[in-house]
Amino acid sequence: MEGHSVEELLAKAERDEAEKLQRITVHKELELEFDLGNLLATDRNPPTAVRSAGPTPEADLRALARDNTQLLINQLWQLPTERVEEALVARLPEPTTRLPREKPVPRPRPLTRWQQFARLKGIRPKKKTNLVWDEVSGQWRRRWGYQRARDDTKEWLIEVPGGADPMEDQFAKRIQAKKERVAKNELNRLRNLARAHKTQLPSAAGMHPTGHQSKEELGRAMQVAKVSTASVGRFQERLPKEKAPRGSGKKRKFQPLFGDFAAEKKSQLELLRVMNSKKPQLDVTRATNKQMREEDQEEAAKRRKMSQKGKMNSGPPGLGGKRKGRQHQGGKRRK
Amino acid sequence: MRPLTEEETRVMFEKIAKYIGENLQLLVDRPDGTYCFRLHNDRVYYVSEKIMKLAANISGDKLVSLGTCFGKFTKTHKFRLHITALDYLAPYAKGFGVAAKSTQDCRKVDPMAIVVFHQADIGEYVRHEETLT
Repeated sequence: MEGHSVEELLAKAERDEAEKLQRITVHKELELEFDLGNLLATDRNPPTAVRSAGPTPEADLRALARDNTQLLINQLWQLPTERVEEALVARLPEPTTRLPREKPVPRPRPLTRWQQFARLKGIRPKKKTNLVWDEVSGQWRRRWGYQRARDDTKEWLIEVPGGADPMEDQFAKRIQAKKERVAKNELNRLRNLARAHKTQLPSAAGMHPTGHQSKEELGRAMQVAKVSTASVGRFQERLPKEKAPRGSGKKRKFQPLFGDFAAEKKSQLELLRVMNSKKPQLDVTRATNKQMREEDQEEAAKRRKMSQKGKMNSGPPGLGGKRKGRQHQGGKRRK
Repeated sequence: MRPLTEEETRVMFEKIAKYIGENLQLLVDRPDGTYCFRLHNDRVYYVSEKIMKLAANISGDKLVSLGTCFGKFTKTHKFRLHITALDYLAPYAKGFGVAAKSTQDCRKVDPMAIVVFHQADIGEYVRHEETLT
């Protein structure tokens, strides 16, 4: 009996081992191709088992997936490993499959004005050195850019040129000229961009005051000035008699295309029910407006009655009193 | 393509209700599928939800039509019903025709006077071939 059970135990252990091995090893006619850099395994075996499965191939598909994944994991276990912050990590090799482009090829941009001119004249970019020897500072400095070799705004001594006004600030003149050059460059860059994207720069047509601007130009300039604040014109006060601008409301928002179909159906049925009920529904806004208007009219009628009574009371006691009273009331009423 | 707003739905339902009355809720709430109204280029289309989801994949400027066109909204936001809606309105109709007399005259007229003209659509000659001799 005992011998039997020991033999049985051994046989069982052997069977377990074989089963484990069977689970790990997978037999394939054609070997899989692995691209471990992308964690990719390509199986070129013809899927005959799956095809002949019948109407529900799920079980076969799952078995196939399991087998292929097992092979991939086997490959991964053979990679060199390293320790990264108490975790065992396999170092993947470089990916071998070339993935297709994510985004479409960029379309060719139109040439900038300079490029067109250069192409026309046949000008080729001359190769220039980036660094130039600067005598003044005694070191190699950039040709352009930060701490450039000959920066005329950084000179400490400027002679007043022959025909210039002695009181003019030459330093400020040079700084101003540089600012203008930078602004011009920026403008040209934006113009090139606008040409590339086929849009227009926002025109500053009426923005510089000339004294000969039309009403529309002035209006447009005023609108732009109003909106050119940090809050995009939201807290700008209007002049006492200025009217609010038209068309400055919010853009309309619609329901999403496939929102909740059940909710849509419910709201439509509710609308139909209200329409068919043949009872006039209470429109709250109209009701409140009507109420407010009635109250205002009552107030106005009461005030008029009070002023009429006041007139009649102050009438009899003397002419002077009457005149005074009348003028006073008249002034009040006009107001 | 977008769903109709409350105001647009109300205007459209009022128009359709003139023809089919309370049966309109049978159009809104169908047992055999979810159908919805969608607006595209000022035209109202009655389309099943499945087809509408497919049509959503077509860009707006390339989409010509989807489902059945019920009618369109004019520039002044009035709803004009089109003949293409007939197939959906006919089963629920309360009697199609053009009034021969005004409402007031209809009340005072004798019992044998003609009050409504039945105008046939183009397919009626084919549909009712047997009954029309």
